[in-house]
Order: sequence, then C-alpha cells, then structure tokens
Amino acid sequence: MQSSLRIVWIYPDLLSTYGDQGNVLVLEQRARRRGIPVEVVHVRSSDPVPEQGDIYLIGGGEDRPQILGAERLRRDGGLHRAIQRGASLLAVCAGYQIMGSVFGGEEGQPVPGIGLLDISSGRGERRSVGELAAEVDPSLGLPTLTGFENHMGVTRLGPGVTPLSRTLVGTGNGDGTEGCFAGKIIGTYLHGPALARNPALADLLLRWAAGPLPAIDDSWYERLRNERLGAVLKP
Amino acid sequence: MSQLPLRAQLASALGRTAATLSRATGRGDGSVIGGRVGLLLEPDLLRKLAHEKKLALVSATNGKTTTTRLIASALQELGEVATNAFGANMPAGHVSALSSNKAAPYGVLEVDEKYLPEVLSTTEAGVVTLMNLSRDQMDRAAEIWLLAQKWRRALAGKPAHVIANCDDPLVTWGASTAARVTWVAGGQRWHEDSWCCPECGGPLDRAEGIVNADWACRECTFSRPEPNWILDGEDAVDPRGDRWRLNLQLPGTANRSNAVIALATAAAFGLEPQRALPRLREVKSVAGRYTTVERDGRVMKLLLAKNPAGWLEAFDVTRPDRPIVLSVNAQGPDGRDTSWLWDVDYRILTGRHVYVTGERRLDLALRLDVAGVGFTLVDTFGQAVTALPPGDIDVIANYTAFQSIRTEFGRAV
Repeated sequence: MQSSLRIVWIYPDLLSTYGDQGNVLVLEQRARRRGIPVEVVHVRSSDPVPEQGDIYLIGGGEDRPQILGAERLRRDGGLHRAIQRGASLLAVCAGYQIMGSVFGGEEGQPVPGIGLLDISSGRGERRSVGELAAEVDPSLGLPTLTGFENHMGVTRLGPGVTPLSRTLVGTGNGDGTEGCFAGKIIGTYLHGPALARNPALADLLLRWAAGPLPAIDDSWYERLRNERLGAVLKP
Repeated sequence: MSQLPLRAQLASALGRTAATLSRATGRGDGSVIGGRVGLLLEPDLLRKLAHEKKLALVSATNGKTTTTRLIASALQELGEVATNAFGANMPAGHVSALSSNKAAPYGVLEVDEKYLPEVLSTTEAGVVTLMNLSRDQMDRAAEIWLLAQKWRRALAGKPAHVIANCDDPLVTWGASTAARVTWVAGGQRWHEDSWCCPECGGPLDRAEGIVNADWACRECTFSRPEPNWILDGEDAVDPRGDRWRLNLQLPGTANRSNAVIALATAAAFGLEPQRALPRLREVKSVAGRYTTVERDGRVMKLLLAKNPAGWLEAFDVTRPDRPIVLSVNAQGPDGRDTSWLWDVDYRILTGRHVYVTGERRLDLALRLDVAGVGFTLVDTFGQAVTALPPGDIDVIANYTAFQSIRTEFGRAV
C-alpha cells in the first residue's frame, strides 16, 4: 500500500443508479475512523482506469450503460492490470455481471463481459425486487448478509469462483446462492449501499488492502442491520 | 349539453358517485376510485372525454403536480379548466378529472412518466409539456433511459406541440422526435443522470453552473437546441427577448423553472405572459406542498421530496438558521428500496439542528452519521415537534411520510 489508501470508483457516470456512492462513502468513513488516510478517485467512462488503486468499486445501472461500461473496461484494460497487481474489487449488480464471460443485453441478447470472474449471466423470467438475507461462506467469517436486490439477472457460477453466500430470503444468483468471490474480487446483486448494511464486508475489503484493523463504534450500523434482518427473518 | 354517448355519460356519473363516497368516508380524495369505476364501464371513456377539450399533458420525474397546477391556473384566464389537481396521474385519475368538469373547454393533465405514451395516444392531446427525468423509486419505476426512448417513439409522427426543458439532455432526447418543439432553458440542478449522451453513450461536455449553459456530446452531433424561452435568475425571458420578473409565491429555483415552463405552455395555447403570469403568482401551495402548518407556536414548513433530485430542490427552499425535521418511509408509493438516500448529499445540513424520524429513520440515521452530520433520532414526528422550541421549523418528508404529517395536521391545500 502507498501512503494513503486509494479507493477507485469506476464509471459513476454510467453505473451508479442505486446509491452506489454509498459503498464509496462507507469505505472512506471506516478507513478514516481508523486513522488511515484515504484518496477517492472517481473515474468517468471517458477516462482511463488507473492501475495504482487499492480497492476498486463498480456499481449498478440500466442495460445500455451496462453494455457501454463493459465495452470501455475491455478496451481500457486498466482494471485487469490493477487486479493482476493484487488490488481488490467489489462489483455490484450490473457491475457484477460485467465481470463474467457474458451477460444479457436489452433484448436478452448475449453481451460479452470482461472475464475477471468465472461466471456467466443471462436474463431471467421475472424481476427480483426486494430485501435479501443470506449466510456468508464460512471461510470469510462474516455475519449474515443483508441488503436490497432489484434485477432480472440469473448468474451461473463456474468452478473458478466460490458462492459469497446462501440465500435465506431473496433471489441472488437464482440457484440458492448470492454473489461470489475469487481472490480479492467480490461480486454481489446487493445494491450500492450494501456495505452500509454489511460493515464487516467493508472491513474485509479494507483488511485485504491495509492489513489488520482496530474495532470502531458500529452502533448505527448494528441498529440498522438488526432492524432489517428482523424485518425479513421473522422467527 | 354533453356530447358524450349515453353509456359514457352513465360511466362518468357512476364514477363521480364513487368519488363522492370515497371522500365522504374519509378514504381518500376520490380522484382514483371515481376514475376506476368509470374506466371499468367504458374503456374508451378517456378518449371520448378528451376529444371535447384542448388538452395539455404534463410529465416529468419532479414538479409534475406543481407545474400542472401552474398551467391550469394560467389557462383559467381563457376559460374553465379540467385538471387532476391531486396528483392522481394515471388514466383512472384522468377520467375522473375530465368527467368532473365536462363543460370545461380546456384540460391540463399531470401524467405519470410511464403512462405518457398510452395517454398521448388515447387523448391525442395538442400540447405535451416535459420538464426533467432523473432516478426515482427504482424498485417500481421504469429505468429512465428506457423511458426517454418510449417518449421518442410516442411523439414521433404525432402533431402534438411539445414544450420541453432543453437543459435536461435526456428530456431533450426524449422530445426531439416531435414535429414541433418549443425549447425552454429551465435549468437542471441534478446532473448525476446525464453525464452520458443518450444518443450514443459518449461523454456530454457541459458548462457548469451558468444560466442558459450549453451542452454537447463529444462524440456525436447530439447537442443542446437553441432555447426559445430562458429562465434567468428571477426572470423569464420570452422568445421576443422580453424579460418577465416572476415574483412567485412558490419558493425556490425549481418552482421558477416550473413557472417558465408553464408560461411557455400557456403561450402554446395563445395566452401571453402578461395575462398568464398574474395567475401563476396567485398559486401559493399545491396539494399541501409548501404549506405552512402551526401547532403550539411551532410553525412548520412542509416540503415533499421523493428522490435525490427532489431533495436537492427541497434543500434550496429551507433556511440554514432553522431546525429541520427529516422523515423517511419506504412503503409502496415511496419505493421500498432506500438506496437513494446514498445519492443525496446531506452535508449541506452540517451544523443545523436536525431531527430524524419516519419508518426508515435508521437508514437515514446511518446515512447522516457517514456524512458527518449531527442529528437527533426520534420515534415520531410529534416527538420532534414537542422537542423543538416554538418558532419556524423546516420539514422534508418523502411521499407517505409527508401524507401522514398532512393527515395529522389537516389537509390544508
């Protein structure tokens, strides 16, 4: 890591439809509260993706911006080089699908992704809209995932990735799992402020970039988590 | 004497009865139930009711209800106007509005963005007014790029005269297939949904923060059309170059933008600004928005904000020296997804006395905590009011939160 933690937000002009800025703000806050200096870089789709970032974020969006975003990331190559250097990445919804080999376009036509995750996505029969709760893969040691999904995607996971979680409520990938991870790349259908609802996931990304972290006051995060999980996981 | 066929007259009369019952039993303002009963009996009713009127349709993400009210007020200068004043903006509400005043020669209808193609095709309205498109209740609303595409298809080949805000690139794109467009430089505060060219996806280059600011795609020929009307600070500038000081009672930049668009729409009906403007100045509250209510010496100014662009406009109207109460729900009409809270920049509230309430107050509390804005969390709106000393209070709430405050404090309109 360099002197400050570099958080790179990819293409907010194309892919930031669902409060995706939230993930940027939460990472920034949680790093600063631990005394880690932070530099946030917003990369517009007309600009090159810098290779020297520590944590990369890409968000959700409509069909056309998703196709444009995939084309530009492929042409640019900066994100691929950053991942090879060991950077971590959180890819959300449309951004998650882009990381695979293929995803569904406006009419369901296959559109090539950028191949950073061993997944392939297509369009499902109906839109999945609502709260989601899921148990995270035990190897990551994270508490129950909570968030909101809104997508028509169905994602098949290949042998090169591990499911991020098993759904208790909601659709996720469409096969009983939600999201996936491989190395330091995490993909999820949970909307932009997913890290606000899952601060432990934010800390996992921060640890990958900055090493062990001291505990901080999580009371507002915990109150929101408890309320949301309580609303969907009734005993 | 109505020209409607007997079946349509019957359908419309039964609809009015249902509306009266809805109001009398306190279930609503009656504008939707009345129209639904009418539409069940006569699907062609809207077409028949519209056929007799000179009609304007008004659509946008934000400002629909207010602009509809401003245009309706202006057109009263020409004659009676039928309008859906309570924001019931789907076909059932349109039937209800038009059948409640069948003799009126004019109609001004607020139309939900998704329904615009259908309502335009049914009513064959002569004037269509389009203001802005931005992200809004994504769990149930259409994606806005797709929406603008549908507007393009609906307007192509129609004779309708379109009045459109050329400072919003997506609206410009949506309107530009129309045969005749009057372009209004109405401004655009929220830029987050228009960094990219709707035509080719290339980057839009925009001059920031300047009145009547130009924009153009860096990669294709799509660019801002020359405006016919311009909002310049407190003034509207008409196509002849004459300046009109707006002097509205409605507060804020967003309402000045709504007003210049209303003046351009009135002009499409042949009504000049010198006659239209005094009517706009009479409007001081629209369906409870901008209303001031009072309890025990607390004077509360109620603002409705349903999405990130709407919150920006609401902040513009609040006063930094006043305490502010924020109330957020996530019921069906609000959108069940609160992700949009993260698209609002709340840092403008730093240093103010902020109270947070509503069913999703914990979502908002965390949002403010991350923004570094101090606040007090309260379980109910009433607790915030009691906790504050007598004096002026700003209140911003989203849809059902706003309605519940209005219900508690009376439906002053």
